[in-house]
Amino acid sequence: MAGPSTYEPKSGFERWLDTRLPIVRFGYDTIVSFPTPKNLNYWWTFGGILALMLGIQIVTGIVLAMHYAPHVDLAFDSIQRIKRDVNYGWLIQGLHATGASMFFLAVYIHMFRGLYYGSYKAPREVLWLLGCVIYLLMIATAFFGYVLPWGQMSFHGAVVITNLIGSIPVIGPHITTLLWGGFALDNPTLNRFFSLHYLLPFVIAGVVALHIWALHVPGNGNPKGIEVKSKDDTVPFHPYYTVKDSFAISVFLLMYGAFVFYAPDALGDAANYIKANPLVTPQHIVPEWYLLPFYAILRAVPDKLMGVIAMFGAIGTLFVLPWLDTSKVRSMRYRPAMRLWFLIFVLDCIILGFCGARAPDDAVIAGLAGPQFLDANLNSFVWLSRIASLYYFVYFWVITPVMGLTETPLPIPEGISEPVLSHPAVTPAGAVSSPEKRG
Amino acid sequence: MANTVVGANPDPHASGDPNRRDFIHIATLAAAAGAVGGLAWPLIDQMNPAGDTLALASIEFDLSKVEPGQQVVVKWRGKPLFVRHRTPEQIAAAIKDDNSGGLKDPQTDEARHKPGKAEWLILVGTCTHLGCVPTVGGGEYGGWFCPCHGSTYDTSGRIRSGPAPKNLEVPTYAFLSDTKIKVG
Amino acid sequence: MLRKAIAFAALGLALVAVPAAASTEGYKHREVEWSFTGPFGKFDTAQLQRGYKVYREVCSACHSMSQLYFRNLGQKGGPFYDPEYKNPNDNPYVKALAADIQVPDIDGETGDAIQRAAGTADKFPRPFPNEAAARASNGGALPPDLSVIAKAREGGPDYIYSLLTGYAPTPAGLKVGTGQHYNAYMAGDLTAAWSGDPHHVPKGGFIAMAPPLKNGLVTFDDKSPSTLEQQAKDVSAFLAWAADPKATERKQFGLGAMIYLFLFSILLWFSYKRVWKGVAH
Repeated sequence: MAGPSTYEPKSGFERWLDTRLPIVRFGYDTIVSFPTPKNLNYWWTFGGILALMLGIQIVTGIVLAMHYAPHVDLAFDSIQRIKRDVNYGWLIQGLHATGASMFFLAVYIHMFRGLYYGSYKAPREVLWLLGCVIYLLMIATAFFGYVLPWGQMSFHGAVVITNLIGSIPVIGPHITTLLWGGFALDNPTLNRFFSLHYLLPFVIAGVVALHIWALHVPGNGNPKGIEVKSKDDTVPFHPYYTVKDSFAISVFLLMYGAFVFYAPDALGDAANYIKANPLVTPQHIVPEWYLLPFYAILRAVPDKLMGVIAMFGAIGTLFVLPWLDTSKVRSMRYRPAMRLWFLIFVLDCIILGFCGARAPDDAVIAGLAGPQFLDANLNSFVWLSRIASLYYFVYFWVITPVMGLTETPLPIPEGISEPVLSHPAVTPAGAVSSPEKRG
Repeated sequence: MANTVVGANPDPHASGDPNRRDFIHIATLAAAAGAVGGLAWPLIDQMNPAGDTLALASIEFDLSKVEPGQQVVVKWRGKPLFVRHRTPEQIAAAIKDDNSGGLKDPQTDEARHKPGKAEWLILVGTCTHLGCVPTVGGGEYGGWFCPCHGSTYDTSGRIRSGPAPKNLEVPTYAFLSDTKIKVG
Repeated sequence: MLRKAIAFAALGLALVAVPAAASTEGYKHREVEWSFTGPFGKFDTAQLQRGYKVYREVCSACHSMSQLYFRNLGQKGGPFYDPEYKNPNDNPYVKALAADIQVPDIDGETGDAIQRAAGTADKFPRPFPNEAAARASNGGALPPDLSVIAKAREGGPDYIYSLLTGYAPTPAGLKVGTGQHYNAYMAGDLTAAWSGDPHHVPKGGFIAMAPPLKNGLVTFDDKSPSTLEQQAKDVSAFLAWAADPKATERKQFGLGAMIYLFLFSILLWFSYKRVWKGVAH
C-alpha cells in the first residue's frame, strides 16, 4: 500500500545525502506523502496525541530528574522544592503528573478504537501486539513513577503490588526480595525504581517506532474496515492528517491544561501528600484511576494467587485477541449485534473502575440490605466486581469467537470513496460485497 | 476559488502550492511556533538558580576573629571567599606597586577595598584563569599563587604573572558594622 | 470532593473514587466561601497575615512546617509580599518576622549547638527536635507537619476549618480516654467507646489535640475581631496558601495558556477546513 517512494530531492545537497543516507526520503515517505485513507474519523487522531504525550512525558521527566533526589529522606521534600522553588517547577511537575493520566486516557481511547474497528485483525496483528507491549510498558513506567514522590500512597501502593509477585509459588518471595533489594520496600527500591522509570520511556519510544513501522506496512485501517483500493481512497498524510491531528491535539491540550492549571490534584490522592511512613497504612489503598479496573479484577478473586493470575490474564488476553476473533468483518459498524456487546464491554470497564475505587464491602446501592451469597453480600462491590470481571473475560473468550461465527453482518460498502449515500443503512443491495469476497 | 479547492485525488506536492499558503495557514503556523517557543522558556528557565539557591546568595561574616596576616576562607555561592586581614607591610607593598606599570589589569589598591578599611581584603577565591583556588602567601609578591598554571597575585589580589588575565574578583559586599560584613 | 467530581465529569470517565460515608468517617466537612477557590480565586493577603499570626502564636508550639522558609512569607502571592521588594530576602518586614524567631545552629568557632535569630533563608524551626520528643510531649500522638496539610486531607482548608471548629460537646454515652477529645469531623470509629444505641454510633472520632483556639486568643494587627471562627478560617487559609504558594501564579499562567490554546484551536479548525475543502470523505 505504501507504494514506491515519491520523494524527489530538490537540491544538490539533498541528492548527495539521499544516495548516502536517505533520511529525508524516509521522513518524507513516512509523514508527508504517506497515503492515508481519507475517511479516518477523530478516533484516529489519538495515535498522534499519544506520540505527543510520550514526548511531553519524556521532556518534562528529564527536566524533573535534574531536580529530583531519589532517596527516601529527600524524595518527598525534593518534589516540594520543585513545586515551590524551581523556576516553573510547578508547571513542569504538574504537566508530568497530570500527563500520566492524560497519556492513559488517550491510550484507552486508542485501544477501544482498535477494538471497535477491528484494527487488530489480519494483516495488522503484529501492529496490535506491539501496541499491547507499549501498554504493558506504560503500566510499568507509571507504577515506577508513582513510587517516586515517596508519599503514603506511593509507598503502600508499591508494597501491595510488589507483594503480589510474592504470590508466585516457590520463587515469588525471592523475586520480591530481589525487587526490594532488602527485606522491605526501602531506599534501594526507590533508587532502582527511579532508574527504571527513567529507562522505560525510551524503551517505549523504541517500541513505538516499531509500532509505526508495523502500521506503515499494511497502512492505516479505517472506519469502514475495508482495504484501500486505489489512489482515490487516500490522501497524503501531510497536510491532510497533520492538520486534522493538530486540531485534535490542540483540543486535547485544552482539557489537559484545564487539569494542570485549575485542578492539579484532582486526579491524585490526598494521602500522597503525606510522607511515606512504613508503620502506618492509609485508610483506603487505591491505585491511580487508570489501573482501577485491573485492581478490581485482582480483588474480585478470593484467592491471592488466582487474583494475580486473573489480573495479569486480563492484560494477557489482549495479546491473543487477534486469534480469538473469528469474524472477517473488521468494523463493528457492520456488526450491530457485536456492537451492542462492545458497548456493554466499555461500560463494564468503567464499572470495574468504580469497583476498584471502592471498599469491597461497601454497598453498591446505599441503604439496601441485600442477601448474603457465598462469602459476601450480593449488594456489595465484591459481587459487582466479580460479575464485571466475569463479563470482561467472557467478552473476549466467548462472545468474540462465537459472534464471529453466528452473526449476520450488515452489507459492507464496496469502497472508501463511495458517496455518503452508501452508508450501510442505505446501501443499495448491488453495491455490496460479501465479507468472504473481501478476504 | 478553484485554486484553494483541493481535488478528490490530490497531488501530494499540492502542499507546496503557494496559493494554499494563505493567511490562515501562516497564522496557524505562527501560533504553533509561538506555543513551542512559549513552552521552551519554562524548560530552559528551570535550570536557572531556584528560590532556595537565590536565598543563600548573600552571607554575613564576623571579621573580629581574623588575626592580622591571616586569611579565612568561607564558602559563598558554592565558591571560596577569601577574607584577608592584611598587615601594614602588605598594604604598603600593594600601594607601592600601584603605579609600577607592570600590572596586567591595572587597578589601584585603593579601588580594591572599602574606604578606610585597607586592612580588609575580600576576594572571590577562584583564579581568573580557569577557576582553581590559589594558595595564600605563595609566589614572589606574597599574595597568592595558583598551583594549576602558575599565576601569581600580589597582596592586593592583582595578577602579576602567569596566564590569568584579570585580578582576583572583588565581590559586592558592605560593612554592616566595624566587624561585620555582608557579602552578596 | 466537589473538585474531584468536576474533574471526572471533564474526563468523561466516571472512574471517581468517592468513598462511601462509612462509619470510619467523621461528618462531612463544612464548606466555606474562600477567596482563593475557582479559576480566578486569589488569596486574601490580610487573611494570610492573620493566619500566619495564628500559626506562629498557637499552632507552631506543636506543629512544624518543614517545607516553609521565612522568605516564602515575602514572595509574590505570599502574606507579606511587598512589590517594592521583589526579592523577598530584602523585605524588611519579613526580615523582622524572621529575626523574632530563634533557630538552632552550630557555632562555627566552638562547634556548640546554639540558638540564633532566623534569617529569611532559614526554614521555619521545628518545635521538637525529633519525632520521639514530639510524641513524648503530646501524649504519644505526633502533631503532623502542616506544610502541605491542606492538600494531604480530603476537603483541604474546609476540613481544617471544620476540625478546628468541630470540638462538639461529647455525646452522652461516649467514653473519652485521657488525653483524647471528641471531634465531630475527625475520622475514626467510635463503636468501641460507645455505650448507647449500637445502631446510632456518633460520627466523628477522637483527637489528641485539645481545642487549640478560643475567642480572643490572638490579637490581630488589623483589628479584626478575634473570634474562634475567625482564627480557624484565617489559619486554614494560611495553610492552604502554604500548601500551594504558586496557586495564583498557576491560575494566571493558565488563563493565558488556555486562551492561547483556544484561539490556536480555532485557527487550526479553519486551517483544517481549508485543507480538506473539496475532499469527499
